[in-house]
Order: sequence, then structure tokens, then C-alpha cells
Amino acid sequence: MNNYLNKTYIILDRELKGYFRTPLASIFLLVFLALSSGMTFFLGRFFERDQADLTAFFSWHPWLFLVLMPAIGMRLWAEERRSGTIELLITLPVTNTQLVVGKFLASWIFTLIALFLTMPIWITVNYLGEPDNHVILISYFGSWLMAGAFLALTSCLSALTKNQVIAFIISSISGFVLIMAGFNLVLSAVRSWSPNWITETISSMSFLSHFSRIQMGVFDLSTLVFFISMIILCLWINVQLVQVKKAD
Amino acid sequence: MSDKLINATNLKKSFDQFIAVDNIDLSVSRGEVVGFLGPNGAGKSTTMKMLTGFLEPDNGQIFINNINLKSDPLKAKEFIGYLPEGAPSYSDMIVADFLSFIGKMRGLNHNSLNNRLEEMANQINLKEMWNRPIETLSKGFKRRVGIAQALIHDPDILILDEPTDGLDPNQKHEMRNLIKRISTNKAIVISTHILEEVEAVCSRAVIIANGKLLANDTPKNLENKFLNKNTLSIKVSNKINNVISKDIKSLIKYDDVKIQKTDISTHTILVSDNKKVPNLITVLKQISKLKLDVTEANFQKVSLEEIFRSITSDNNSK
Repeated sequence: MNNYLNKTYIILDRELKGYFRTPLASIFLLVFLALSSGMTFFLGRFFERDQADLTAFFSWHPWLFLVLMPAIGMRLWAEERRSGTIELLITLPVTNTQLVVGKFLASWIFTLIALFLTMPIWITVNYLGEPDNHVILISYFGSWLMAGAFLALTSCLSALTKNQVIAFIISSISGFVLIMAGFNLVLSAVRSWSPNWITETISSMSFLSHFSRIQMGVFDLSTLVFFISMIILCLWINVQLVQVKKAD
Repeated sequence: MSDKLINATNLKKSFDQFIAVDNIDLSVSRGEVVGFLGPNGAGKSTTMKMLTGFLEPDNGQIFINNINLKSDPLKAKEFIGYLPEGAPSYSDMIVADFLSFIGKMRGLNHNSLNNRLEEMANQINLKEMWNRPIETLSKGFKRRVGIAQALIHDPDILILDEPTDGLDPNQKHEMRNLIKRISTNKAIVISTHILEEVEAVCSRAVIIANGKLLANDTPKNLENKFLNKNTLSIKVSNKINNVISKDIKSLIKYDDVKIQKTDISTHTILVSDNKKVPNLITVLKQISKLKLDVTEANFQKVSLEEIFRSITSDNNSK
């Protein structure tokens, strides 16, 4: 078991350092911080709302992640397949599951770093008022969980192609579908012709529905189970895809 | 228990309708260097990918150091060092980090990893490039890095897919010397279509084409199987009519004697034999009483290239 985790950690370590070996990490972090701040202060009207909370900050995360998570995850497998290094990895004494989990965790930790760097906004709101820090903490955790689901989806889809751009596009489109599943526009259109349980199922698959509840400070078990099972399902499919597509 | 480090039987692999490898048997013992020869698309790389566990065969079994690769792939892979075709590596990493990563994945502990890294730096001459990103290295150095990652855990089995492809003559020479140096206690399989490489480093040549194994023998034995390709050529500055031609053929006691007109006044006598190598002195003695003016004589020894062409073209014509 120790050896199993150790090899997963070695892969994680290489991948995580890989982000920082190229300008990718700095560019991504800068873009993430600029966009999240811009959306919070300008689109979210942080000051005009005159409320000591971070709703204006977190409400844009699903849309931000829709583009930024595929940007982080698109290279995970597409690049291995393009450069042929997948042949090196698969012939090492390591399972496909260790490879997939190690790579995914690296990208997820990288997202954690990005979220951590938004701390000044949290500090600012504490300086200006008395926010419910419990809700903010839950929102941060929920945001990270949602990012994990986006990343697992991207990692899985990135194993389908050798082209990072294609991986990015199909991941963004899939993510968009999963967000829109909770949108009132979509739900009301479905509600008009389908039984209630179908609408409920579609709504329960939505990242937006789950994340909206988290933002209000409601972190129930179903949300945790949803995101975790979404991550596990995508990674399981990822393992199967690596096995099937490795030699294409 | 078999002393064979690689023992593969009835290997078969198809991609849709295309049969890439068709019932190939291959075994390699410690100390052997097997040259895997074949035209492009013959199935060399596919076979190697199956031996290393990258691809699963549709049929057949592979034992690595007596471990079934299918039932215990992780254990079996520990004994293998593999250089895939094109020597892929993480180009953004520096040489030291890349080799360190592979070493750790191969299960080396801190001390043995440091020792092996130092050995690799010296043995493969990577010292001057040690802290350079791989993407900035020349093709020759990239190939060396590929060899180093395959050797980092000092494996019993080394599988190298076209290790000298794209290298300049000096680099090829160095690579062959390296393979010779490390071959004494390992089982090595090299794929190549450079025949001089097989002659230079391999103790056995395996020729495959269209996925089928066509020959599996030492280069020496293969040469012996194609003795009739050894040709003695004697140029004479005489006009040779039918009578003299008959005399020459009856005097020379070898299986095959041909007389070709080179130009108006010269002819060439070509001598070959199915069972032995024709001897120049013997032939000259045999035709001495005809008093021919011999102007040139040479012996063309069969090359592995001819053997390869002969075997693979026979297979194609079938």
C-alpha cells in the first residue's frame, strides 16, 4: 500500500512541478486572479452590494472554471499521447489507476494554490465588515470540489485525443452542458413536457444547482457525494480510456 | 524454471483487419543480444510493445524472467528497461530530474538512485548536459537520455527500439560500444533496419516481415544458409566461344558456373556453390590449362543485407 501511494505521489510531484517548469502556471494564476477579481468587483458589483459576503466572488466560479479547468487539464493525457511518453509511463511498474490519480491530484492541488491566492479578497471583506466566515470557508471548499469535478472530466476527455486544443474544446462543451443542466431556462423547458423526476434528475446533475446551495452555506451530504462520485466516475472512465486509446 | 529471461510463444496481434504480428515465438537468454530485423511495418515495434507490456497480445504468452507478464505485469515490468521508438521523454525537464523521476518510479531508494545517476552520467557521457532541459539537447544526447532511463534500474532485460536511428556515424559507433559493454549480463533485444548494426553487436538475428518470423539464427549460421550467395568473379581478356565455355564449366568443380560477356574482348566467370565457399586458387588451378588471361579476380562474400533482402523478398513474393 505504501509503495502504491508512493508511486502515485511521485507522479503527482512530477506533474505539479511540471506546471511551474513552463510559464503556464504563472500565466494561469495571473489570468485566474485577474478574472476572478474583475468579475467580483465589476460584474459582481462587490462594493455596490454593500454586503459583507463573498457571493459576488463565488457566483462566477462555475463560469470561470468552465474555461480555466480545461486549460489546466487539457494536457494531462493528450500531451502524453502526442509526445509518445505514454509508452514510457505504461511500461513502468505502475498501474493505470496510479497514473490517472497522480496526474489528477496534481492538477487539483494546482487549483487549490490558485484558490489560496484569492485570499486577499477574503481578508478585504473581513476588513470592511463582519462576514460569515463559516459560509466563506464552505464556499471555498465547494469551489475546490467543483473544480475537481471539472478537472476529472477534462482529464478523462483529454485521454480521447492527442490534440490539446480538441481536449480543451470538448471539455468546455461538456462542462457547459453540466452547468446548464441546472439553469432555470433549461429546467423550465424540460419541465413543460417531462415528468417531475426527470427535471429533478437533470437538476441534480447540475454543477450550478449544487454550487448554489454551497454558496448559501448549505453543504449537505448529497452535494459532497455528487462531486466526489462525479470525480470517481470520470477518473474510472479515464483509466479505461487510457487502456483503450494508449496505442492509437 | 527456464533460464530464458524472455520467453514469448505464439504472439499474435491484430489492429482491426490488419495482422501486425502473426504467431511469433521468441526467447532470449542472459548474455544474448538479439537483433530484430525487418522492413518498415514488419511488426518489430508491435512485438517489442507486447514484450514490454505496453500492448496486450491477442494470443500467446509472454514470460519475463519466468513471470507471466499478463498475470503479474507490475512484477514482470521491474526486470525490463525499455527505449521506445524515437526515445520519447519529458522535454521540459532537465536531464537529472527526468532520470531521477524514472529511477524513483522504478523503485530505487535514495542512495541507490544517487549511485545509479552518477553511473549513468559517467557511463553514458551525460555529465555536460546534466542540468540542461531535454528539449535543448541534440538528437544524439536525447537518445542517450533515452538509453539512460532504460538502464537506470540496471535491468536484466533491455529492449531498445531503433536505438541508433538518426544518430551520426560516431554516435552510432559509441552506442554500439555501449550495448556491447553492457551485454554480458543482460538479455538485450534491439530492433533496427541497419544490418551492419546486427553484424556489429548481435549474437542472434531475428528477421520478421509482414508479422511473421522468417529467420532466427546467429549471423554466422544465416550466412552459412546462404552460401550460394558467395560469389567468385574472375575477369578474363579472352573471347570465349561455346567450346571454351563448355571446357570452363567442366573444369570448375563447383555447383554453379556462369560466363558473362563484359565487353567485346573480356568475359567474367562467376562461380558459386550451395555447400561451400568457392576458393579462388582452386578455381585458377582448375582453369590453368586453358591459358586464359586473368585480368581481375575478386570474391564477394554474402552480406547480411543480401540475406535480409533474399528472405524478405521471398516472403513478399509468396
